[in-house]
Amino acid sequence: MADEPLLEIRDVSKTFGSVISLSGVSTTVRAGQVTCVLGDNGAGKSTFIKILSGVHQPDGGELLLDGKPIRLGSPREALDAGIATVYQDLAMVPLMAIWRNFFLGSEPTKGWGPFRRFDRATAIETTRRELADMGIDIRDPDQPVGTLSGGERQSVAIARAVHFGARLLILDEPTSALGVKQAGVVLRYIARARDRGLGVVFITHNPHHAYPVGDRFLLLNRGKSLGDFAKDELSLAELTKMMAGGAELDQLAHELERDPS
Amino acid sequence: MTAGTAVQAGPDERLARVGLLKRILLKPELGASLGAVLVFVFFAVLSDVFRSASGIANWLDPASTLGIMAVAVALLMIGGHFDLSAGVQTGTAAITSGLLTTYYGVNTWAALVISLAVVLAIGFVNGYLVVRTGLPSFIITLGTFLMLQGLNLGITKLVTNTVQVNNFNKIIGYDVLHAVFASEFTIAGASFQIAIVWWIVATILGSWLLLRTRFGNWIFATGGDPNAGRNVGVPVARTTITLFMITSLAAWFVGTTQIVRLTSIQAQAGFGQELIYIVAAVIGGCLLTGGFGSAIGASIGALIFGMTSQGIVYAGWDADWFKFFLGAMLLLAVLANQYIRRFAELSRR
Repeated sequence: MADEPLLEIRDVSKTFGSVISLSGVSTTVRAGQVTCVLGDNGAGKSTFIKILSGVHQPDGGELLLDGKPIRLGSPREALDAGIATVYQDLAMVPLMAIWRNFFLGSEPTKGWGPFRRFDRATAIETTRRELADMGIDIRDPDQPVGTLSGGERQSVAIARAVHFGARLLILDEPTSALGVKQAGVVLRYIARARDRGLGVVFITHNPHHAYPVGDRFLLLNRGKSLGDFAKDELSLAELTKMMAGGAELDQLAHELERDPS
Repeated sequence: MTAGTAVQAGPDERLARVGLLKRILLKPELGASLGAVLVFVFFAVLSDVFRSASGIANWLDPASTLGIMAVAVALLMIGGHFDLSAGVQTGTAAITSGLLTTYYGVNTWAALVISLAVVLAIGFVNGYLVVRTGLPSFIITLGTFLMLQGLNLGITKLVTNTVQVNNFNKIIGYDVLHAVFASEFTIAGASFQIAIVWWIVATILGSWLLLRTRFGNWIFATGGDPNAGRNVGVPVARTTITLFMITSLAAWFVGTTQIVRLTSIQAQAGFGQELIYIVAAVIGGCLLTGGFGSAIGASIGALIFGMTSQGIVYAGWDADWFKFFLGAMLLLAVLANQYIRRFAELSRR
């Protein structure tokens, strides 16, 4: 276990007008570990990501990067601080080749003046190498992203974030739209990013995806933290139960049971 | 999948599995190339003149000016937009240069710079309106198309009391202009228009821009998925406006070529051509939805247009049949593109 947290979130709150979206949420992310953020719809997961990725600024509490308080004024500042967010919509263009997508917006160039050109050889080679380093089984960097499966696309997006210097990777529901097998593929890449020493924040509503890969679990419900647990403090059964609403689910089960006929 | 399956860089031995056929099919200019060969063989068999040097010079000529426009229009279409005012802008450029020199005595070079500035401004306005309003470029440029059509006619009539601008060959420096825009060169006893050379240059430039520069990558992203592009820092608005201005630049070049070659220009010059440019780009493999296509393909589309328009005459048929052929080819091209797109987006599972 790393001793110094990469990112520490202390008592963070956010309100939009009269709506309290997050209140008093705390957790830590360490290099080489996965912190899972779990919660049902409307639990405040989106707000939480947007605070970490610089889209929103917290109204209360603070973020500490490498132990120092930091203010993320924009997504660009978050990126510059090494915090990369892989959104659900992925920011990839289906009809474009993988290597073109990989470097989209940050194309390497060579040459001078009017002859400055896209350094294709470097781009293709780097894409191939980065994907291979992540263990991603892409045969040809020249194939359009649209020919990849959902899990592969997520993986390429993760590899891209890693390549562009992310130290902290925020994954917004990367497995939610995927089938069981594809989700497994993505979980493997999350583990791989973790093993390469990145801190990972993995947002999901599926405890079965979170538990195997996670080291810490932050549970959110209606904008409040239900707790921030290390893995050894919590079993999958407990996690699942808390996620499902715990007492609420017991109540629901009770209600559903009452009609035997 | 084990760690380090393919950690070493270099050619991947699994590449063969992708299939040569699939890779070739994904080249946007494939369909057009096949079509061009078929059209050539078809007319070459029907007519000796068609395959003679003078015949070739003859059908390369209409292909050349169309091709220059088609390359620019293809880039714009790959960027996800149409420019219905592209055709009429060739007229605007030529009329501006013509009126300024022959009626107002403006220095030839100054007049050319002014007409270039005018059409670039039109391109900028087209692009700016599309970017700012988010309205389909089809409707925005339909508006500028109609406005320019009216302006070209109205101003020409107002100044000259006719519907054309004449005497362009009387201006100072015409011989230089003629050498650049309208001279001819001889190969195998047939004289070829210099525009054919400019067409090839435009194709190479367009293709280089599209495939070998950052800007090219941004064009694909702007047409393919502007939101995704924006998320990773592609200047989508600037790319769009630049593409409209490139189209205007091409229109200026073609308009100037026309007025220099004909020494006069009709007020209606270029009307209706905008659709032919789009047809050439689509035959060349551009998707109407943007994000896919090629500059070389658009050039080949123009070549098919040139061969068909002249080939029908050489074959001794009524020229009225030309539009039928063009339409049929467009339909075929669109169907082929549709298939290719589905193929490209097909998930391999």
